[in-house]
Amino acid sequence: MAIPSSISDPFASKFLPLSSSSYNPSRISVPAQITAKIEQTHLTALRRSQCSSLKASMGSPGFTQQLNNSKLDTLAEVKDGRDDIFNDLKDRFLSFKKNVYMENPEQFESLAKVQTPKFMVIACADSRVCPSNILGFQPGDAFTIRNVANLVPTFESGPSETNAALEFAVNTLLVENILVVGHSCCGGIRALMGMQDDGSTSFIKSWVIHGKNAKVKTKVSASNLDFDHQCTHCEKESINHSLVNLLSYPWIKEKVENEELSIHGGYYDFVNCSFEKWTLDYRGTKLEENGRIVTKNKVFWS
Amino acid sequence: MANQSSELAIEQLKKLLREKEELNEVATAKIEEIIVELQGCHPQPIDPAEQRIIDGFTYFKLNNFDKDRKLYDRLAKGQSPKFMVFACSDSRVSPSIILNFQPGEAFMVRNIANMVPPFNQLRYSGVGATLEYAITALKVENILVIGHSRCGGISRLMSHPEDGSAPYDFIDDWVKIGLPSKVKVLKEHKFCDFEQQCEFCEMESVNNSLVNLQTYPYVDAEIRNKNLALLGGYYDFVSGEFKFWKYKTHITEPITI
Repeated sequence: MAIPSSISDPFASKFLPLSSSSYNPSRISVPAQITAKIEQTHLTALRRSQCSSLKASMGSPGFTQQLNNSKLDTLAEVKDGRDDIFNDLKDRFLSFKKNVYMENPEQFESLAKVQTPKFMVIACADSRVCPSNILGFQPGDAFTIRNVANLVPTFESGPSETNAALEFAVNTLLVENILVVGHSCCGGIRALMGMQDDGSTSFIKSWVIHGKNAKVKTKVSASNLDFDHQCTHCEKESINHSLVNLLSYPWIKEKVENEELSIHGGYYDFVNCSFEKWTLDYRGTKLEENGRIVTKNKVFWS
Repeated sequence: MANQSSELAIEQLKKLLREKEELNEVATAKIEEIIVELQGCHPQPIDPAEQRIIDGFTYFKLNNFDKDRKLYDRLAKGQSPKFMVFACSDSRVSPSIILNFQPGEAFMVRNIANMVPPFNQLRYSGVGATLEYAITALKVENILVIGHSRCGGISRLMSHPEDGSAPYDFIDDWVKIGLPSKVKVLKEHKFCDFEQQCEFCEMESVNNSLVNLQTYPYVDAEIRNKNLALLGGYYDFVSGEFKFWKYKTHITEPITI
């Protein structure tokens, strides 16, 4: 099945349908993609090729060819119903390798030795809010944690994957900025706001409870709003509470005090396509007053 | 320069208020509010980190969002990704870049060393919550766990002495999820050098995570109903290669004795 390749619709489905009945094994066409440049970044950014077709070769099972710089060979076809998934992933990687990796050999060689990201980003696992897409982070820019509702548990809550990543990013990689990015229509925040105290347990409940202070504050200050607007309010409130929770980590607090580390919040609204960003004003923040935080350098882009 | 442009803007807005008498109250109030804001505005020099984010978002908005409103309007109503991806937090291995996942395609969890712990309701609620949401609410069809070369988390796991002589931090507590893969690699490749052992462990740890995925009841149920596939991947950014494989379990027919 040939995929239409019009430049005017660059985000038309780029991959083969997953049902094997419509998969034609002899022809895969890669649709036309847009060309663009990001300025002020180290890498010459995303340049993607025009429409081209790759023939999927049906090598015998077990036959593996390795990708190398001089030619792009095909990988082994697994003879079962999920051949199309492998071909999909193969196309994706080959596109990256050809258009990004091989176009920037020095950058990737130096990145292979060591990473020195300036940012640590904590974002939601939601498929619509990848920081590489919406904020254009390139390889080497941002050490990224993604969890449900971009929550940061407190230091006192004990070991977790978020704490481990914070430890590594701040103490080993020595990042200069931590950015917590929330977003609109967050399922995790919605679950937090709709949570009932009925004794039932689930992983989602056990996790989003880390945001309960934000829920309490929202119920107090936004009780006159309908549920959807309360959720929006809580999405932003939760980011601020995560910023406060970051300061509960002694090594983070120390670096913020010494001005070696800045903490920022961000909110991506994908309904209206806007982005708000603010920075925690550590000197102005009075944590003892119920976790009120003061922010500075607030910006809004749309 | 910013001062000049804000002064110019104030002048233009004041002119608008003077000349356009038919402006309604709401518009007038809004314009007056903007004038006040501009007058009080003291632009500060922009931090390079902030500039980086501005540039990134502007690029995305102009080249992606504004050019494909249909897709983004659809996504604003809901997401239905086919993939769930576990990847490392390493800044060099974003699956959106190496596998070109676009908005809406992959529910993505990123943690140190792309680990999936075994089912445990008392701990690891973070990963548990992502799996619960992805399987029960989003109904993803594929879970892909991607390991990578030169992984700091795996290196930490492999170098940590198990005799209690080194301090045990949050990182160690997390990466010990991969202990079964470390034990296996040390046994099977005990004569290899440390770097090679780490490489084997990076791949073995992906398999360990795939095995752990099956301990989650809803994951297991979907696999049995053939609604879900488990895939492993390994991105080697030193040589520019990507390997991937499938995790299959197979129960043979019983033999009667």
